[in-house]
Amino acid sequence: MDSKPRLLTIIDIVTVVLLLIATYMVFFYAPQEAVMGDVQRVFYFHVAAGWVGMLGFIGAAVAGIIYLIKKDRKWDIVGLAAVEIGIVFIFINIVTGSIWARPIWNTWWTWDPRLTTATVMLLIYFAYLMLRQGIEDPDRRARFAAVYAIVGSLSVPLTYFSARIFRTIHPIVIGSGDPNATGSFDMTPMMLQTFMFGLLTFTFIFIDLFWHRIRLGRKADQIEQLRLKTME
Amino acid sequence: MTIESESSYLPEEQGTPAASKVAGFLRAMGAVVWKDLSAELRSRELLSAMLIFALLVILIFNFALDLDPATRREPTITAGVLWVIFVFAGTLGLNRSMAIEKDRGCLDGLLLAPVDRSAIYFGKALGNLVFMLMVEFIVLPIYSLLYNVNLFNPGLLLVILLGSIGYVAVGTLLATMAVQARTRDILLPILLFPVVLPVILAAVKASTGFLDGSEMDVIRPWINLLIAYDIIFSAVAFMVFDYVVEE
Repeated sequence: MDSKPRLLTIIDIVTVVLLLIATYMVFFYAPQEAVMGDVQRVFYFHVAAGWVGMLGFIGAAVAGIIYLIKKDRKWDIVGLAAVEIGIVFIFINIVTGSIWARPIWNTWWTWDPRLTTATVMLLIYFAYLMLRQGIEDPDRRARFAAVYAIVGSLSVPLTYFSARIFRTIHPIVIGSGDPNATGSFDMTPMMLQTFMFGLLTFTFIFIDLFWHRIRLGRKADQIEQLRLKTME
Repeated sequence: MTIESESSYLPEEQGTPAASKVAGFLRAMGAVVWKDLSAELRSRELLSAMLIFALLVILIFNFALDLDPATRREPTITAGVLWVIFVFAGTLGLNRSMAIEKDRGCLDGLLLAPVDRSAIYFGKALGNLVFMLMVEFIVLPIYSLLYNVNLFNPGLLLVILLGSIGYVAVGTLLATMAVQARTRDILLPILLFPVVLPVILAAVKASTGFLDGSEMDVIRPWINLLIAYDIIFSAVAFMVFDYVVEE
């Protein structure tokens, strides 16, 4: 069993510190938005969580492509790690978005292109996990998961485009649905700093969790192999 | 299905490699399609199940949506109901078409044949497309008759063709994966629907446009999206199908 790398411990500490600072900045450093008030503060972590969700999705697709080329189990573990982290953060993204949308758009939910795309991404992630659960043979599971990650990642941009055309044809489905119309604002420099810091923090969270999850996946793999060996 | 006819599909001529390769590919693909069609012609299991299912969905929609004569003729409702029928009946067909191959070890037999694996994919996809189109072209007149709307609009037929191609291209690939899983009966719709959403959205919108008599400018983006989807996903399925059937 390999011991925990020094660098990972450092990243752990840095991430926690960054998160504390980011939280402080969101609540105390960033000025209150003039129209929306305090609920706008959701925005910083909302966008950052969406960013991590996207990273996870892209990571899974890239890991899938590499797996199909190299046939190295390592990349299957990477893909699964990316998907699991992606699920959590897309979910945070959707929930925080709803909290913001309730007072600003006067509804928890609209079928705006971004909202639709986030939902579809979440559903594809869940389908990916269900597909993995249904297959016992590790090599086949890895191949199928890789194929599905690739297919899913190609479909998501198309969903976004189709939802966007949908909006341009019917511009007045729900009057307050357009983020440019309701709930848009210009960032002051302090807001921008908070926002960029939030993105940086969440990127660190992603790297940290990703690394931990890959290590966990490797260990689980080792245990599975040991168990197979003892059963023989 | 017979051994003798199978062997005649092997690429035997070695003279012009490129041409004979294409010919061999097409022959292998044709053999798979023909096998599916003739098996279906004898059993009529798949088509009858898909059709009866489609009729049941029409029946359920009739009462669930409480379609009064005015809303029935609403193009949005018609397009929506039609595509839900096609999508659900299509899932049924896709699952069955791959389950047959898997259950009796036919898939292994197909894979043993010395032909390009993607020929098997395109053969299966084409077979599934034929079944889906058959169901659709039986459902259309029945729907027209029941709800007194004219659905024989060339634009609508084009949308149905394009939508079905996209649906079947992804569906055949994912069904091949789903039938090899333990949870195969429930897995296909869960895998397929989120991925195929752009097709359904575009197909419903384009169908509504044609039934509504909208301007071509409004419909064209949806048609373009359908064509893009068809091309992208046929190409991707072509590239990754090998990994899905590999043992």
